[in-house]
Amino acid sequence: MSIDTVSKAEETPDQAQPFAELGLKPDEYERIREILGRRPTSSELAMYSVMWSEHCSYKSSKVHLKQFGDKKPETDKLLVGIGENAGVVDIGEGWAVTFKVESHNHPSYVEPYQGAATGVGGIVRDIISMGARPLAVMDPLRFGPADAADTRRVLPGVVSGIGGYGNCLGLPNIGGEIVFDDTYLGNPLVNALCVGAMRHDEIHLASAKGVGNLVVLYGARTGGDGIGGVSVLASETFDADGPAKRPSVQVGDPFMEKLLIEATLEVLHAGLVEGIQDLGGAGISCATSELASNGDGGMHVWLDRVLLRDATLSPEEILMSESQERMCAVVAPENVDAFMAIIKKWDVEAVVIGEVTDSGHLTVDWHGERIVDVPPRTVAHEGPIYERPYARPSWQDALQADAPTADRLARPTTADDIRATVLNMIGAPNLASKAWITDQYDRYVLGNTVLSQPEDVGMVRIDEESGLGVAISTDCNGRFTKLDPYTGTQLALAESYRNVCASGAIPLAVTNCLNFGSPEDPDVMWQFAEATRGLADGCLQLGIPVTGGNVSFYNQTGDTAILPTPVVGVLGVIDDVDRRTPIAWNEDGELIYILGDTNDEFAGGEWANHVHKHLGGMPPKVDLERERLLGEVLVAGSRDGMLSAAHDVSDGGIAQVLVEMALHAGSGARCWIPDNIDPFTFLFSESAGRAVVVVARTEELRFTEMCAARQLPAQRVGVVDSGLGPDAGYPAGTQVLQFNDWFTLTLDELHEAHTKTLPALFA
Amino acid sequence: MRIGVVTFPGSLDDRDAARAVRLAGGEAVALWHGDADLKKVDAVILPGGFSYGDYLRCGAISRFAPVMAEVVAAANGGLPVLGICNGFQILCESHLLPGALTRNEHMHFICRDQKLRIEDNTSAWTNSYDAGQEIVVPLKNGEGCFVADTAVLDELEGESRVIARYLDVNPNGSLRDIAGIRNKRGNVVGLMPHPEHAVEELTGPTIDGLGFFTSVLNSMVNS
Amino acid sequence: MARVVVDVMLKPEILDPQGRAVQGALGRLGFTGVTDVRQGKQFVIEVEGEITDERREQLHVIAGELLCNPVIEDFILIVEEDQ
Repeated sequence: MSIDTVSKAEETPDQAQPFAELGLKPDEYERIREILGRRPTSSELAMYSVMWSEHCSYKSSKVHLKQFGDKKPETDKLLVGIGENAGVVDIGEGWAVTFKVESHNHPSYVEPYQGAATGVGGIVRDIISMGARPLAVMDPLRFGPADAADTRRVLPGVVSGIGGYGNCLGLPNIGGEIVFDDTYLGNPLVNALCVGAMRHDEIHLASAKGVGNLVVLYGARTGGDGIGGVSVLASETFDADGPAKRPSVQVGDPFMEKLLIEATLEVLHAGLVEGIQDLGGAGISCATSELASNGDGGMHVWLDRVLLRDATLSPEEILMSESQERMCAVVAPENVDAFMAIIKKWDVEAVVIGEVTDSGHLTVDWHGERIVDVPPRTVAHEGPIYERPYARPSWQDALQADAPTADRLARPTTADDIRATVLNMIGAPNLASKAWITDQYDRYVLGNTVLSQPEDVGMVRIDEESGLGVAISTDCNGRFTKLDPYTGTQLALAESYRNVCASGAIPLAVTNCLNFGSPEDPDVMWQFAEATRGLADGCLQLGIPVTGGNVSFYNQTGDTAILPTPVVGVLGVIDDVDRRTPIAWNEDGELIYILGDTNDEFAGGEWANHVHKHLGGMPPKVDLERERLLGEVLVAGSRDGMLSAAHDVSDGGIAQVLVEMALHAGSGARCWIPDNIDPFTFLFSESAGRAVVVVARTEELRFTEMCAARQLPAQRVGVVDSGLGPDAGYPAGTQVLQFNDWFTLTLDELHEAHTKTLPALFA
Repeated sequence: MRIGVVTFPGSLDDRDAARAVRLAGGEAVALWHGDADLKKVDAVILPGGFSYGDYLRCGAISRFAPVMAEVVAAANGGLPVLGICNGFQILCESHLLPGALTRNEHMHFICRDQKLRIEDNTSAWTNSYDAGQEIVVPLKNGEGCFVADTAVLDELEGESRVIARYLDVNPNGSLRDIAGIRNKRGNVVGLMPHPEHAVEELTGPTIDGLGFFTSVLNSMVNS
Repeated sequence: MARVVVDVMLKPEILDPQGRAVQGALGRLGFTGVTDVRQGKQFVIEVEGEITDERREQLHVIAGELLCNPVIEDFILIVEEDQ
């Protein structure tokens, strides 16, 4: 095998190099030559190409993501900010929490099971590399139409992959989203979130400091997995001309990941680690250049020491390999033996592959020959930055003008029609019970899951003594974002924030996974610019900082991009999980209140989507001051023991909320539709800033006085009643949801309509 | 009362089992798969999880762990041993219990709150329950379908060695709705559902699972 | 009657966690000299009549698109006629 070395590169400056095939533009290649003062070796070219890809360098998004720092609200809660593997938030009592979402969209389209599985694995390694013990995972998912043939291929594979990996790894899956839309056909979104906790003094960073310290690669062996995956899979389009041309797929080994978690936490707690980095996209290239760039600036690597699964791999391939379940640690020489002993105890392999130097260069040798000699910052942090052109799409005005008014989209008016609409809507794929999916995930493992699907949030206990815990919600209605990316993104933030408050937790921090089409399309870039501006402004107004996130571009087929899908995750803290507010009401006589204002807002909502296949108009108005007020009332209601239950109102409107609360409680209620609003709008509008709360009679006065004092509209619309069956003409014991004297629905028929959809499609 | 909880590579519910032991009033002792040492415990729990990734067959590799030779010898001498989920699979692979656990009939991993009937309350791990008592505890498995030949099944039934049966729904296709069995002596119990996840109101669907852990403490007090 | 045996194996370059775990166990049990273990699946299919070229092609489609996942697996198809 002929190896391209630094000296050869100096001797043959004019040798043609396949930079274009590796995804580099001519000017990017020229810049590499300028930086190095010569042509890059093939190994260097591999490193730069993969590290300068959109996926690793954020070259199209960086100028917009800057706002999250520039507009950061005043906070003393942020212990580690954007730029590290994941942000770290102070939740009190000496505890810190880290959380992050990442996309694994394209690999999950190619090979759904392994794509989704390795997505979970990757985000979990991000969390352990901060020094945290992973606590739980969540999965925001988007698929093509529920009845499309390819969705039947992709969805079951993704769900099995998430379950197969997460269940075996021993992390509870506590929530997420599952949304169907035509634009995700061929572009499914598989985002994975992980949250972890640590004591303040256990925070670790990805930096290689201390000249003479050793770099240890441990975990799975390096094989030919996903070579070029980062550049090829995560940028441009992948065109499946047949099985032979499909890119190499990474296979996840959750058992190895479990060992890696335990071994890593043990070496961290033993104080044996100076710096740590997980290996994900771009593998060793990324880990070594980032560690060196964040540290003292120099590192030397003996690449031939890397343990291989396939002995025929070339040095370029070893540098690019995306083999899963690997980690890289910086260890002081005197600690190496103790470090190795712990790693071995867990049956994991490890090898010293390099050392920290003060050369200012990252140098890599292959059997004594120098194959890489680069300034690490130029690889890891000083990649190209693009100010991509963007412009408001020519079709945006027409889209916004196409409002779903009553004269354009027929609305149900009679009691029978509205009753039928309730049953139709709660069985719509986007609103139907997701139990068929979430029942394939272990939500109990670790014994700290307090709330999980179908609750508003996932909530886990962190401290068994004090009851300190965190709640997380992820949300995004991509139809709202398509209608108006700025408002739509703020609506996603508002919904997530509201969900956290509804559970009784106080919002602290925001993460995001920004899924968009091609950044080379000015329409898409405008959506991205507006979405990031909306999120940054919204976070500033709500006083919660963005702690990190992920961007996934090129989610499109031909010229058709996905709905802009900026998934927003909000993390909240609750001082005692014992006082969490569930969505199910508790006992007869409790009063049902609606907080907030309901207006005629149907654009982008589920009714227009499901019943009329319509998308147009302006999304619901967003009022973040109102959201903050609502949030304060929800948290105060929980803290003072006034609320038996609470549920945020969003997709599907109040009808969906009341049905979910009743089904979860297993008991019915008598509801009345207020006189000042037409029943259809009341039941199905998706106005923001609302929640349904359930209040014990003894707390009613105290609660309504609090709402009045804070000027939050609160309207009583029902009472929990499990004895309505006989009055409504059903046998005793039948649970019913009754609306005025208009119509009644039995819980049995609601349950049937709500739960049959997904099994019928996918089981 | 010291109750050992074994951690194999890939054990997941070991912390949960230890918590359940503590909540029942016992002292949980961590045991390591690689140490042929039971640390003089009064009982052993083989917890749930995916030991060795459940590769080859569930429990097939763990069976050969150094600690298992000690567990098998002690169990044959009367030490109470409870295998939960993956632990049940290991007990079957170790031939401490008959039968085997195979892929769920519907092929999916399933996590649900499962109703059970305690059929036999004479074992070391079920004596706190009433015979016929109905309980709800989480169930979560991909390979929980209990199978054995008819002779073995008839023997288990005839000797009242089926300790728990699935009610309402058979979640994995187990023959005769079997959720758990015991050995003849009653000290070794294997159970597919997870009583250790039903020990706190806050995190479990019920606290019905606590009885398994109080049972073994009772039996030690009485012996 | 013909018997068709299809062996499905992960492609050589794809990680096989199961095979690796078995290999590790063999080492711990004292079986030395085992340099690699890979785990696969075998399907035994019985078909009516003779194996014509058309039938053979059909079996390759079954093996290539259903029995194996061509993204990560290869297959070997062996026809054992007139058993």
